[in-house]
Amino acid sequence: MLRRRWVKVVVFLLCLCPACWLAWRAWNSDLTPNPIEYITHFTGDWTIRMLVATLAVTPLRRILRLPDLIRFRRMIGLFAFFYGCLHFSTWFGLDKFFDMHEILRDFVKRRFIIAGLVAFLGMLPLAITSTAGWVRRMGGRRWQALHRLVYLSAVCAVVHYYWLVKSDIRLPALYGSLIGLLLLYRVAWWLWKRRAAPAAP
Amino acid sequence: MLIKTPGDIRYSEVTPKAVYLGRRKFLAAMPAAFLAGRELLSPSARARAAGKFPTLAKSPFSTTEKENSLADVTHYNNFYEFGTAKDEPSRLARNFRTYPWTVSVEGEAAKPRKFSIDEILKLAPLEERIYRHRCVEAWSIVVPWAGYSLSALLNLVQPTSKARFVAFQSYYNPGEMPEAQHAGIDFPYVEGLRLDEAMHPLALLCVGMYGDALPPQDGAPVRMVLPWKYGFKSIKSIVKIRLVEKMPPNTWNTMQPIEYGFYSNVNPNVDHPRWSQASERRLGELRRRPTLMFNGYADQVASLYSGMDLKKNF
Repeated sequence: MLRRRWVKVVVFLLCLCPACWLAWRAWNSDLTPNPIEYITHFTGDWTIRMLVATLAVTPLRRILRLPDLIRFRRMIGLFAFFYGCLHFSTWFGLDKFFDMHEILRDFVKRRFIIAGLVAFLGMLPLAITSTAGWVRRMGGRRWQALHRLVYLSAVCAVVHYYWLVKSDIRLPALYGSLIGLLLLYRVAWWLWKRRAAPAAP
Repeated sequence: MLIKTPGDIRYSEVTPKAVYLGRRKFLAAMPAAFLAGRELLSPSARARAAGKFPTLAKSPFSTTEKENSLADVTHYNNFYEFGTAKDEPSRLARNFRTYPWTVSVEGEAAKPRKFSIDEILKLAPLEERIYRHRCVEAWSIVVPWAGYSLSALLNLVQPTSKARFVAFQSYYNPGEMPEAQHAGIDFPYVEGLRLDEAMHPLALLCVGMYGDALPPQDGAPVRMVLPWKYGFKSIKSIVKIRLVEKMPPNTWNTMQPIEYGFYSNVNPNVDHPRWSQASERRLGELRRRPTLMFNGYADQVASLYSGMDLKKNF
């Protein structure tokens, strides 16, 4: 069933729902008394959620024995980048109003901004090389190695969130532990595979 | 015409608070004629015509800047006892019981005593003070508060010569405030001022806003408003005021001393370690505006801190 074309369309529309919800609220002037802050937090939240979903694909494929889930991974990853772009441009354009002086000062002085920027820039080459053409040009092995950058982006995104909150750390802690679990799964898988096939020449 | 002058309408006759706090329901429920008339009045003027305190003395401390709407000020709150998201207090404080209420004024005072909220309301003539209010998170609002200088209350209990600071404590009841346990800060919330700061006429003991009683999420029934300090100094829902000899603890400073000081005066030249304090976003405005020294009240309060290194005593 997962191979059906319409399933992919459904997943695409699901991933688009948060953006539509935001647009709907904007249309109704219902973006809270501080719209810029609301948009920033909303898009930031969804960037992290999409990153978690992307990282969950591989473990779920194996645990649920649903190899076809791979068909959605690139799309969900690109949605993480999409929400990341909205988040970044809200900060850059709406919050800072393209004030380069202020933005550069933030880059050097604010560690949570640096973490966020690393997370965002980490996703950039992945989005660019996400096409089938790039996989071919780079070769599967090199492409896969490059795309491990997503681990860095996910970790930096959570650190960025954690450094931002004042005292209530429930949400960054939740995303942090989810990402931690998903990364731990990969380590465990790698160790297990190495033990299972030790005689590689 | 449904809009009446303040004289011929009683508070009990007008829209119940539960209705006007739900802005959407409020708008839907009002007849079209009222909607048309409504445009002629500013939101706050409308509320004041109907409020509990229709006739408040004007104050020379008031700013002429444009006030924020009642809806903004009641739906964007930091009141961690009722949740850490800005929209949570408006929902979760709805059933907060703020009457009857007692404030105990104690410590280094010749005549320490308890005040009921009814006594506090009558203790001095209520004034309207339209103040700028600047949050440490770099947003700001302009609010027409109602109250009088805290000094009126403190003079009644006669601070002794030992009294050098004033410690404030908020109401706390985990049963009524289930979200508080997730806030990440300790409760009850406490704050403090030097005695000369507390006696400064700008320091407002506040019992209302927009001509009406304080809504629960804005610190009902009685709170402090200290317009030259970051918002968290303006402690809400006060139950205890204690005159003390030594500098009392304040919650955010206890929690994170390098980020939040005891004084916490608004200062565009001293950044929060994680963000700049040089500018702020006034709710309802798109562009940031520069933050003013002491939030624009330097003429009144700068002398309190003469000779102090404000970078150290932030």
